Amino acid sequence: MTGCQPKGPEQERGAGIERTGSTTAIRRYLRPRAIPTPFCAGCGHGILMGAILRAVDGLGLDFSQMLFVSGIGCAGWIPSPHFDTDTLHVTHGRPVAFATGAKLFNPALKVVVIGGDGDIASIGGNHLIHAARRNINLTVICANNQIYGMTGGQVTPTTPLGARTLTTPYGNAEPAFDLARLVVAAGASYVARYSVWHIRPLIRSIQKALQNPGFSFVEALSTCPTQYGRRNDNPSPLGMLQAFKESCITLERSRTMSQEELAGKTLIGEFVGG
Amino acid sequence: MVVSTKRALEGAHASAHAMRQINPDVVAAYPITPQTAIVQTYSQYVADGEVDTEFIAVESEHAAMSACIGAAAAGGRVMTATAANGLALMWEELYIAASMRMPIVMSCVNRALSAPLNIHCDHSDSMGARDAGWIHIFSETGQEAYDNTIQAVRIAEHPDLLLPVMVMQDGFITGHAVELVEVADDASVQRFIGSYSPAHSLLDIDHPTTFGAWDLYDYYFEHKRQQTDALSKAMKVILEVGQEFGREFGRPYGAFEPYAMDDAEIAVIVLSSTAGTCRTVIRELRQKGLKVGLLKLRVFRPFPAAELAEALKGVKAVAVLDRSISFGSMQGSGPVFLELCAALYAAGSKTKAINYIYGLGGRDVLPVDVERVIHELKQVADSGEVTSLVSYLGLRE
Repeated sequence: MTGCQPKGPEQERGAGIERTGSTTAIRRYLRPRAIPTPFCAGCGHGILMGAILRAVDGLGLDFSQMLFVSGIGCAGWIPSPHFDTDTLHVTHGRPVAFATGAKLFNPALKVVVIGGDGDIASIGGNHLIHAARRNINLTVICANNQIYGMTGGQVTPTTPLGARTLTTPYGNAEPAFDLARLVVAAGASYVARYSVWHIRPLIRSIQKALQNPGFSFVEALSTCPTQYGRRNDNPSPLGMLQAFKESCITLERSRTMSQEELAGKTLIGEFVGG
Repeated sequence: MVVSTKRALEGAHASAHAMRQINPDVVAAYPITPQTAIVQTYSQYVADGEVDTEFIAVESEHAAMSACIGAAAAGGRVMTATAANGLALMWEELYIAASMRMPIVMSCVNRALSAPLNIHCDHSDSMGARDAGWIHIFSETGQEAYDNTIQAVRIAEHPDLLLPVMVMQDGFITGHAVELVEVADDASVQRFIGSYSPAHSLLDIDHPTTFGAWDLYDYYFEHKRQQTDALSKAMKVILEVGQEFGREFGRPYGAFEPYAMDDAEIAVIVLSSTAGTCRTVIRELRQKGLKVGLLKLRVFRPFPAAELAEALKGVKAVAVLDRSISFGSMQGSGPVFLELCAALYAAGSKTKAINYIYGLGGRDVLPVDVERVIHELKQVADSGEVTSLVSYLGLRE
């Protein structure tokens, strides 16, 4: 978020060209005092934060009528305390459950959950599949960096088989969840997966998720060079982004490829509701 | 013959080192600051083949304690570690572990509970679990965390008890601070803890066993009576193990540690790392002639009520420093103070007691704060009047 250094609210709002979704335009959604973010150098969560705000700006949503719920973990910091609207920062794993309660009381609120893979899919995985089963009108954006970043880089249920982490120093012996497919199977009405490299489709998918009148899930593959990359022979932020570029295959293209060609690839696109 | 070496270890690493020497059958854990250093260090021992443990990185603390109970019911020696909201998430399983008499040993690196979100030290996490039926042992230093972890295995697995034990140390202050820790050789630790073979376990096909079954008004009450009886027997075992540990390793342990108590007219009671700050202040005030002493409480459950009342005989006034609040209790006091008041009352003691809440969410407690406590305590002793039952240290008001 180095491009978002505030100069004060007056200048901030007047400066630059306020094209919809531009960096200048999305500054209005941030609390100047909360910037800079606590994210490590090269963390993909800043890109995702920008993507979420660009999606909101592009749709012209009333930010004051949005509630962002987040739990514990690096991604929980994307909205809290940075977004200048209502944010609810809750316990590890429970943001989907808290968001369900808020949405039930005030269905007019646009309720968005932002969390990491540890928060949303590990300790909170039960809430995720049940909210998807109910198809309740929530948008869940999961910043999947395949590791517990905040606690120092331990294995998660989304860490790829064989990947090295602090708790699997010689390689992870357990297979990872395919989160997008898990949520499809649970009954969500909009499910997409992109990486922070695929920024334009990622923004478009967040917009579709925000407009879908049921449970929407966007899995945003994010970079963690600090805890994941440097343990897995890819320590640079750019290298991690390039890895997404090379390893991600669109669903459309995957249909023309053999199983052998698809080995080790990650499918991206809209799995349901595209 | 114990061969000890001195090593510079963080408190969390001292606990992990003890776990490596204990070499439990199963460890199930989930990362949470500031405990993570324990299980991630342990996972490295597992990966390097230094232990035989089956280690599983489960999906939550609820799953961690559940897996520990399952492994303990199957007959294993089982350990885990947690902190703060991780302990809170284990809540229902804490009761199950104690009620099924599972001798699990858990490190709890004390940390404040949310909300608001805070990762620093206070004792509200383990104090919240004080009625769950576990034995609670607090450690002042990394050395004590190491020693207590080893003793906890013997205490938990004692046939008269079969009770889970929680070993506390202060988050960051002890857990992340490097101190000199005297560690024993592996063989001596193994000899001290011995082997564990439960009288009843699952997967013993010749003796099928049922745990946790339907138990209504016909027998539930009797089972609870047995459970509280077991905790009543725990103090004797804790003291025996503490003395035996002293004979083997040169550092004996009791239920609490008195300092400058012999002729003390006033006394401070405190848990864990703040005892060090108190000891320093008391040492200085003693040189000025003030008859003040310290009781560092080590065992909180079972609470050494009669022993503390005895140790406080002749003391005119005592101040209890609590690093948590029992919300809604008498004037919002802390759990150690409430226990001590009950102990003094039951013993017919006339010692005046006052309470200080300190250090919530990691707020520093400084020597000047302890000096204030002792100054006010002296006024209580001199006047015989308590003007403020519960006060706060280092708080902006």
